[in-house]
Amino acid sequence: MLRIDRATYDAIVAHARKDHPDEACGVVAGPEGSDRPERFIPMLNAARSPTFYEFDSGDLLRLYREMDDRDEWPVVVYHSHTATEAYPSRTDVGYASGPAADPRTHYVLVSTRHHGHETGLVDDEVEFRSFRIVGGEVSEEEVEVVESYLFGHSPTTVVYD
Amino acid sequence: MAIEVRIPTILRTHTGGNKTVEGSGATLGALVDDLDSKHPGLKNRLVTEEGKLHRFVNVYVNDEDVRFTGALDTEVKDGDSVTILPAVAGGC
Repeated sequence: MLRIDRATYDAIVAHARKDHPDEACGVVAGPEGSDRPERFIPMLNAARSPTFYEFDSGDLLRLYREMDDRDEWPVVVYHSHTATEAYPSRTDVGYASGPAADPRTHYVLVSTRHHGHETGLVDDEVEFRSFRIVGGEVSEEEVEVVESYLFGHSPTTVVYD
Repeated sequence: MAIEVRIPTILRTHTGGNKTVEGSGATLGALVDDLDSKHPGLKNRLVTEEGKLHRFVNVYVNDEDVRFTGALDTEVKDGDSVTILPAVAGGC
């Protein structure tokens, strides 16, 4: 299951809408080894394409260095599909199954196919789904949106000095 | 002095959990061979059966993506810093 706070959820959706009809992408970093997506980091889609996304190679290096310095890892890697459903494509699965890709990553897919830009209408929600991708196998997981991550989280992980 | 290599989380199973390891070699290919002798299995994750760098893996020598500097033939020297990362991309 992916547990994500409302503000981060909304930021991912807003990024996808803003870049529509191109695919949007980014990560949500969290403490290394944890399952807590805490720091939203929108990335530039170097492909600037409606059918493909990629992190620029230099951006990728800077991103990982920064996370490394902060003892973080990418808890969530997200991207949008702008004409198809929010489900990992063969290309997505290929990259996510690469030998250096961590299978503990949550892959979030949003689709703006029906709701590209904000319409202001009730029910104007883009599709938002989360997946695990392990060795080429895709499994969808539940998404729980909590109002505040800090308070919604199990207190057993809080460390008191 | 040696070459410092940063290992992505999933490949730390080969390095006893270490984030960085050290190795030596005149080229990236030689460095990978050296690393594999100390951390068996690492080479298999980075290099394909055809002897090419895996396309879903990004490797940098200092700040340079080796795809633009000769891939496994890229020259390396003591004091260099090598970073291995998963490529992040996809598409509908």
